[in-house]
Amino acid sequence: MSLRWGIIDTWTITKRNLNRYIRLPRLLVFSSIQPIMFLVLFNFVFGGAIGGATGVPGGKYIDFLLPGILAQTIMFGGVQTGIGLAEDMGKGIVDRFRSLPMSRLAVIAGRTASDAVRNLSVVAIMLTVGALLGFRFHNGLLDAIGMIALVVSFGYALSWAFAYVGMSVGDAETAQLASFFFIFPLVFASAAFVPVQTMPSWLQVFARNQPVTQVVNGARQLALGVPSGGAPWKSLLWTVILLAIFVPLSIRKYKKMA
Amino acid sequence: MASDKAFEVKDVVKHFGEVKALEGVSLSANAGTIFGLLGPNGAGKTTLVRMLSTLLEPDSGSLEVLGIDAIKHPQQVREVIGLAGQFAAVDEFQTGYENIYMTGRLYHLSHQVTKKRTNELLERLGLADAAKRPVRTYSGGMRRRLDLGASLVGQPQIMFLDEPTTGLDPKTRLDLWSIIRDLIKEGKSILLTTQYLEEADELADRIAVMNNGKIIAEGTSDQLKTQLGGDVVEVEIAKATDQAKAESAVKALAKRQPTISDDGLTLTIPVADGAKTLLAVVQALNSANINLNSIALHRPSLDDVFLSLTGAKAEVKEAGKPKAHRGGRS
Repeated sequence: MSLRWGIIDTWTITKRNLNRYIRLPRLLVFSSIQPIMFLVLFNFVFGGAIGGATGVPGGKYIDFLLPGILAQTIMFGGVQTGIGLAEDMGKGIVDRFRSLPMSRLAVIAGRTASDAVRNLSVVAIMLTVGALLGFRFHNGLLDAIGMIALVVSFGYALSWAFAYVGMSVGDAETAQLASFFFIFPLVFASAAFVPVQTMPSWLQVFARNQPVTQVVNGARQLALGVPSGGAPWKSLLWTVILLAIFVPLSIRKYKKMA
Repeated sequence: MASDKAFEVKDVVKHFGEVKALEGVSLSANAGTIFGLLGPNGAGKTTLVRMLSTLLEPDSGSLEVLGIDAIKHPQQVREVIGLAGQFAAVDEFQTGYENIYMTGRLYHLSHQVTKKRTNELLERLGLADAAKRPVRTYSGGMRRRLDLGASLVGQPQIMFLDEPTTGLDPKTRLDLWSIIRDLIKEGKSILLTTQYLEEADELADRIAVMNNGKIIAEGTSDQLKTQLGGDVVEVEIAKATDQAKAESAVKALAKRQPTISDDGLTLTIPVADGAKTLLAVVQALNSANINLNSIALHRPSLDDVFLSLTGAKAEVKEAGKPKAHRGGRS
């Protein structure tokens, strides 16, 4: 299978998946409502209590919170990749694709690509709402773009991991439940919503070193200029590690699916 | 890679954990014919189709499609096959046109060729008017036709149709039958699985009956009926209370145990020589003082064949019942 057909078939599948959002724009609206609610609620509920303790320049909780919510959003967005694939399996669409002489990587590559586009759109919406709530980039345009790229690329790597989960469990509902089993500890035992140093020390060990914290701290450094001990690079490293593990695993799973 | 065999399956075994889906299946069909695979749910039909269409590998055994080894060269097989599965594998959010067009592009056809074939297929399948509508507005029958259209856009030489008419209303079923017959006129080979005896009888040149992962009979529809031997006398009695009496009266004349319909009124009696035995059956019932509504003599249907081979009724879903069921205990 030539690389050229791999790219063309992936593009065909990506377009097919994105068509969904063009035909039913409310899907995108609903993908955004939940993270917007988190952003607004956390900001006004916890903001007063935590705001000053976050140590971000200016002491505004929204500046601290937004990168955390973005990380949470792309984690939840990754779950959609597994659900989407599992749905296509359940409807027999994956069987049809697997019986065609198309590239064996296109179905997953197309799904992860279209989900990255959706994640990017949701991030843009979140930044807009964040700006209305007082969020500001402190570090200039280049670093702002860097932050978006960092978050979306980590989300892309996560999509490959959840693609593997989705194909392994094979139905949309189980895919969702199985994914949240990983997601909740990673999102909440991280630096996403509160500074790690207030957690019990045993939890700090996990919270400091897990990937979501690296992504959040990396995003904060790029957005706000908070030094993070090289978190952007560590986050990138996690992205590469996830891709190195789950791209081959997912493609193998697709080929050997029963 | 010309081959006069549409497909050839040898000693294929497939177990899913404890479940023995296929236990040493060997089967072949000539190119340009419709081969019918008949059996109840769970017989292993779909597993076999999934293997021939490269979705699944066997634990052991060999599979060839048009002379191409499906295990060693699955990608070559995919270029010559079309698959329409049990569920219409169409995308709800795309239009009918987009569904077929996308499949054509994934067969690696050019834009021009795909566009032309897509429009032709939509026309031919009676979907031209609905071509621009999203599929979620389509009826069940339209989805099946669209699914068939998508599987045809690559102009496959062999089609795998896995229970293409399950759950369809009788009118839509007849429409699909005529489409399937047209495919054969174009020289395609077809493997059709079905739970409906009538469908296999109507469409297939040869039929294999599957049960519990094994082929239990194979031949033309006529051969299978002859294999059962003799004829069937069907008697409808006036009162269900006479049922036991009637059964014992004709027992001596029957070749095998007569079967009785759900309402207890119709006895189906397999006999060796219909013409001679018919009179004897009438006399026996007459001397037992049993009133009859009707009596008929006919060649056994595939239904009777299936019953005698498996000892069980062919599984028939209520909604998809092809026609009123005659005789027999369910």
